[in-house]
Amino acid sequence: MSNIVKIALRNLLRYKRRTLLTSLLIMIGVVAVLLFSSITGAFKSLMIGQITDSMLGHLQVHKRGYVASIDNLPLHMNLGPQDMETIEEALDSLEEVEAYSARIKFGGMFSNFEETTNVRLNGVNPAQEILAAPLLPKRVLQGDTGDTLLSPGDILVPELLAKGMDVKPGDTVVIVATNQDGSVNAKTFTVRGVLEGITGPGGRDGYIHIKDAQEILRIQKQEVNEYAVRLKSAGALEKVEAALAKAIGGELNKQGAPKYEIHTWEKLSPFYNIARMIDVMTLFIKLMLIAIVLVSVMNVMIMAVFERVKEIGTIAAIGTRPGQILSLFLFEGISLGILGSAMGTLISLAAILTLKIHPISYDFGRQKGLLLSPALDPAEIIVVSLLVILISVLASLQPAYRASRMEPVTAMRHI
Amino acid sequence: MSLIVSRDLAKTYRTGEVEVKALKGLSFKIEPATFVSFVGPSGSGKTTLLNLVGCLDKPTSGQLSVSGTEVASLGRADGATFRGRNIGFVFQDFNLIPVLTVAENVEYPLLMVGRCDARERRDRVDSLLDAVGMVDQRKKLPGQISGGQKQRVAVARALIGAPKLVLADEPTANLDHDTAFMVIDLMKSLKEKRKTTFLFSTHDPKIVGEAEIVYTLEDGLITDREDRRASHV
Repeated sequence: MSNIVKIALRNLLRYKRRTLLTSLLIMIGVVAVLLFSSITGAFKSLMIGQITDSMLGHLQVHKRGYVASIDNLPLHMNLGPQDMETIEEALDSLEEVEAYSARIKFGGMFSNFEETTNVRLNGVNPAQEILAAPLLPKRVLQGDTGDTLLSPGDILVPELLAKGMDVKPGDTVVIVATNQDGSVNAKTFTVRGVLEGITGPGGRDGYIHIKDAQEILRIQKQEVNEYAVRLKSAGALEKVEAALAKAIGGELNKQGAPKYEIHTWEKLSPFYNIARMIDVMTLFIKLMLIAIVLVSVMNVMIMAVFERVKEIGTIAAIGTRPGQILSLFLFEGISLGILGSAMGTLISLAAILTLKIHPISYDFGRQKGLLLSPALDPAEIIVVSLLVILISVLASLQPAYRASRMEPVTAMRHI
Repeated sequence: MSLIVSRDLAKTYRTGEVEVKALKGLSFKIEPATFVSFVGPSGSGKTTLLNLVGCLDKPTSGQLSVSGTEVASLGRADGATFRGRNIGFVFQDFNLIPVLTVAENVEYPLLMVGRCDARERRDRVDSLLDAVGMVDQRKKLPGQISGGQKQRVAVARALIGAPKLVLADEPTANLDHDTAFMVIDLMKSLKEKRKTTFLFSTHDPKIVGEAEIVYTLEDGLITDREDRRASHV
């Protein structure tokens, strides 16, 4: 076999320019795929990280029907003490769950004593919230939140609201809210910080302590309406979702339907559709790579067979079996694929290294100056290289088979 | 035992409606270690006969046995293996593999048939290159040597597998007078040393003059057989 490889490689070297051009073409395709998937992969990871780690968590648990009416921030779908115990017991039992935060989400009026406007608020336990949404403290643009993020009586105001209402850390504001029974209550807060807005649901919400939320809404017993759950690994999303559904899915409401609903970030954030579009585009780029490899390798191999008909006849005449002739041409095609993918991988690695040293800065929605640091996944390199080699084999198969089926006498007469 | 036995060997080519009878029922026997020449005008069937004996083509009818094997019944792969093990070829145009060196060209049939290890291959290549006087050119590519040298390499390649039979189709046609004589002498000496049968198709009177048995072909038939072995002794 090593002799077949040796002869195949020498035949490629015989037509240096053609081999180089074909390899360069394959290389360009490989670089396009690897860089595209690397950059878009980094963009996806960064955005998903921003979305899940800043606000959403990897998945959320609510009472059934809550998400469908989330725009109203209903308070009649709160989870009571029994529900909370059931859900927290299930979450505590799952090894993949890193942290979770129980929230009371509600809508209210925000007043700076001169003007009043609407605001969406999250009542949270700051210690839990920091663990479940670790990027939240980094979103604080103004004010010193320290390690505690929030204390009772503090409010974190979203950036746009702070600008519109001209409030800054240290100012006193009033939150007015209507509770489940329709009675109105108000409470003064000190602005502890101004929060950067982020893209996606909840990205423009304010934060107060959960005790303040309970006080405004006059909630006597333990009640929340949302659990945001952070996983140790985003890859375990489906597994945890299934395990959680199994653990709490048996709880039924009065109508006999499941009492709770579980939503992954994919179902909650519109960015998931962008992520899917990126995946489709990556697939399209891979299809283009397949086309490039198929056409270029097949073209070269057809030429190689056509130019060496007499030589094929000679080697067949002196005892080279059809299978060996087939292997000879297949290896030529495979070598082109290997050469192109190796060159493409090296160029891509160099480009990625450059991008690591000089990361791409970009804005996404309200988020400014996000830094993209692409990385090449070894699995992606292996998949792309194997794809190129496989297509090279397929592209070489027909010309190689044709060569192996040539009659020595006819082939040797070829001029 | 005869090395080649042919009985009523016929070959007909068909091109559309046209039928050309290249061989019209040849019967002959060739003994081992002989220097045999098939002569005749163009179109007489010499090359067709060599192709059939060399297992490169199949007869339309008749029987042909080479070294005890009925070659007409061999399939594509078996035919290749049979050729690799039993038959050496010397072509008019040398037909060396351009990407391989002189030594690698000679070694090639052994690699494809795969019957011996690297050391033995090297010994056999060295021995044959020495015999054809090409040891000092072993690392050159075919494009770097002359026509006569190429044909000497081709002779070495034909003999590397220690075949019982070497078929040579017009082996001196592309060589000058002196080189042609040198190649013929080379083949004769190898025939003596290795007891190999050489079968030529040729127009070349130099080869005909050296042949032990001369068959004359005309219009697909053997019209004459001249055995000169007594006079050559």
